[in-house]
Amino acid sequence: MGCRTQGWVVSDVADEAGPGVDETFRALPLSGLADAALERARAAGAEHADLRVQRMLETGLSLRDARLASSDDRDDLGLAVRVLVDGVWGFAAAGSLTPEAAVRAADEAVQLARLCAPLAAERVELAEEPVHRDAVWVSDYRIDPFTVPRGEQVGLLIDWSARLLEAPGIDHVDARVGLLKEQKYYADLAGTVTLQQRVMISPDLTAVALTGEGAETMRTLAPATARGWELMLSEGHDWEGELAELPEHLAARVRAVSVEPGVYDLVIDPTNLFLTVHESIGHATELDRALGYEAAYAGTSFATPDRLGELRYGSELLTVTGDRTTPHGGATIGYDDEGVATGSWDIVRDGVLVGYQVDRAMARRQGLARSNGCAYADSAGHVPVQRMANVSVRPDPAGPDTAELIAGVQHGIYVVGDKSWSIDMQRYNFQFTGQRFYRITDGRLGVQLKDVAYQASTPEFWASLTRLGGPGTYYLGGAANCGKAQPGQTAWVSHGAPSTLFERIRVLNTRAEAGR
Amino acid sequence: MTGEGRAQEIVERGLAAAGGLPCAVIVEDRYTVNVRWALTGLTTNGATRGRTVTAIVAAPVPGGLAVATLSRGGVGVEDVAELVGQVRVVAAGGSAAEDAAELMDGGVSPDWDEPAVETGPSALAPVTDGLAQVLARSRAQGREAFGFALHEVSTTWLGTSAGTRRRHVQPRATAELNGKSHERSRSAWEGQARQDPADLDLPAMDAEVAARLGWQGRRFEITPGRYDTVLPPTAVADLMIYLYWSADARSAAEGRSVFSRPGGGTRVGDRLSPMPLRLASDPGTPGLSAAPHVLTAASSPFASVFDNGLATTPQDWIAEGVLRALPNSRHTARLSGLPFTPTVDNLTLSAPDGAGVPGALVEQLDRGLLLTCLWYIREVDPTTLLLTGLTRDGVYLVDGGEVVGAVSNFRFNESPVDLLDRTRAVSASEITYSREWGEYFTRTAMPGLLVDGFNMSTASEAS
Repeated sequence: MGCRTQGWVVSDVADEAGPGVDETFRALPLSGLADAALERARAAGAEHADLRVQRMLETGLSLRDARLASSDDRDDLGLAVRVLVDGVWGFAAAGSLTPEAAVRAADEAVQLARLCAPLAAERVELAEEPVHRDAVWVSDYRIDPFTVPRGEQVGLLIDWSARLLEAPGIDHVDARVGLLKEQKYYADLAGTVTLQQRVMISPDLTAVALTGEGAETMRTLAPATARGWELMLSEGHDWEGELAELPEHLAARVRAVSVEPGVYDLVIDPTNLFLTVHESIGHATELDRALGYEAAYAGTSFATPDRLGELRYGSELLTVTGDRTTPHGGATIGYDDEGVATGSWDIVRDGVLVGYQVDRAMARRQGLARSNGCAYADSAGHVPVQRMANVSVRPDPAGPDTAELIAGVQHGIYVVGDKSWSIDMQRYNFQFTGQRFYRITDGRLGVQLKDVAYQASTPEFWASLTRLGGPGTYYLGGAANCGKAQPGQTAWVSHGAPSTLFERIRVLNTRAEAGR
Repeated sequence: MTGEGRAQEIVERGLAAAGGLPCAVIVEDRYTVNVRWALTGLTTNGATRGRTVTAIVAAPVPGGLAVATLSRGGVGVEDVAELVGQVRVVAAGGSAAEDAAELMDGGVSPDWDEPAVETGPSALAPVTDGLAQVLARSRAQGREAFGFALHEVSTTWLGTSAGTRRRHVQPRATAELNGKSHERSRSAWEGQARQDPADLDLPAMDAEVAARLGWQGRRFEITPGRYDTVLPPTAVADLMIYLYWSADARSAAEGRSVFSRPGGGTRVGDRLSPMPLRLASDPGTPGLSAAPHVLTAASSPFASVFDNGLATTPQDWIAEGVLRALPNSRHTARLSGLPFTPTVDNLTLSAPDGAGVPGALVEQLDRGLLLTCLWYIREVDPTTLLLTGLTRDGVYLVDGGEVVGAVSNFRFNESPVDLLDRTRAVSASEITYSREWGEYFTRTAMPGLLVDGFNMSTASEAS
């Protein structure tokens, strides 16, 4: 049962939590830490205060040529106190989980807020949020990867690497898997208390062929995703099929023809397009960026609020959603790091900008009744910042399959898999490469091309979208390395998209760009 | 978990809990304080204090030695034996590590018994005082100010079962200031990296930002293409950091990097520049001091956990324009047939005749561009080290040895290795803060470079 303490509800989480959140986390003195920190902050005059206890269990395994090159386990645990004092933020964190540390963090947060008050140009206010008492949420996974013996984890990667090394033409194989278990307890002065746990996995294998002139590579396309070890057992990804095809994909890459630079129609597979969505739509529609709060670092956006409801972001075929409830999404969670219940909303509808991703402060600044739940901190040591939801392009319900899209192209390229990416600080000019590029001539798929990069400006690119694939082509890609804010923070996020046709896109030859 | 207890005792108890297995224990106490501002007002701040303990244990398994590492926050004297016990279990159930080697005695630091060096909110007072001036001046002059300042002190104690007991204190203080004017159509940036926050001079940075915004009052349209270009130290730092991160010996020896020799082997011994350039690392560099020993919680192409405690010494990576060495571990040194040359956490580029301030290079440029900094730098092709990215915060047209106005930003496609070959002039080196990678690789001293034919691939509409 929750119990009322000093005006806010702090639950006895160890008793209330349902199955799913690890007992080791539930057994921490969570409510005691909340009592200590929040009472101290309120007594010091904070109009808002929240306490977050966060544990990030991370494993990184790396193999080269079927031998274990690195294993790295991290268990980052700490508490964070964030306060608003007279409309100014203060934040402090500690690695020690004692009431004394919680009180000291509250004191330091208030001290920082007061130290910085003369420098603040505006009073921060938060959008209202209903109180969520004793809420528990756990992501959807079947096998906790942190319960799988290390020998079994490494053994699987050794087997896959060895299988690839036996294939003709493969000289080296790199294999990696990243695992994350995120556990969060959140309590605030309003009475919200949440307890959550997420599990993520990010595997890849890269085969390398030495050509005499250099090296060619081919990487698997399994996404970074919110699943457990079952992903490695082919629940959610066809590993057998992908590993069987990888040697031929690489061999075709070695035989590939260097692309003639020019203008092409591109059929972009969602295994590539998800990252373009991330960079050119996901980041561009973060309201904090659009307003200038990231101007010195991550950058701003061309999609400014004065153009909301009017800016033609792309073709009328383009509808984009923000969603923190997407099944197996990297940004999926029940409640964000400000205690906001998550949901989904439109960002681009019929090609027009209609919404932003916001946290509570940005929502209030924009005059929105509620935040859409985009606050996130990647560790106890970092303040929550506005981060990206799962931002996805909706497929055409009656759209074609990928083959039909290709059949409609006279002179083009089919792009598969992500590789290199870069975009400017207002999210206009971007350049992407990929894993595989196939020539399309008169509607037929030809040989692989190499040295390909496509380059465009965001509004022109999305305006050139002329045909969306159907639901059968839809795929949820993901990234485990989305960076933003200072100090720098990293987040997981997913993006769905169908296969999509873009007309008249500029393609570069990267060897020529290098002056070769 | 409380994280309580003397770090030295945590090390000793951890090593004792290894039961005679090869073991290393690293205790890190880290204190940070930061402030961030935007729209000419403070936005967020933070103060953190935390202890992380890393246990590294090797255990015999079929085929060799397995190794496991676990870094955990909040570990105290009473918890470390349990931590090491967990790591022993993981190691015993693991697979043979390819880099397994004997731990070596790296000696004892004279200051081993000293406590952690701390910092807190009051340490930022000189920064906030300077920031108050900057914000007031920005408002008065109709500019917007954005930026970030950080002070961090990390104290590490490394102990190993081979006898190593090394303590290291790593301070850093950084500040970035971005000024914008005229509805953000103009943008300028300055960064500083120091070790003491009292040495950060925000008003001086602001004066430079204001001057640069003034240069942007006159604008020119130019087409993308190759331009002779002056790269300031921060841009050179971003490019050289990427080069350093791409220079591991193993990848070169395996034929997978820009430092691979066609037909096999590495390019060590090859001339990379007609200029007598020197790219070097030295843990004792004044103002850039870094750990004088290997200190790593995880193995990588650049370091092995089995090398922990071994001395890092001054190392020329490029000397007289010739590639001399590639960073490696003892393991990857053996694989690549090169001497053991461990990575050092700082980087300096210089030329013996490099002189003058970077801005003076403009006088040697008849027509070309002067950059401010680079952004969103990503690898396109590892075999040429072709990088793509953007110019940012001001690109200036130079005519007749003088800045005459501003042009648009550009996307570039360039290889830093190729740029060394196309370097025409070099200024004196100075401690600099790289725009993109500075938070992750803070300690650099770089010159400005005048290079021929920098490839501006396409124009960017971003301002």
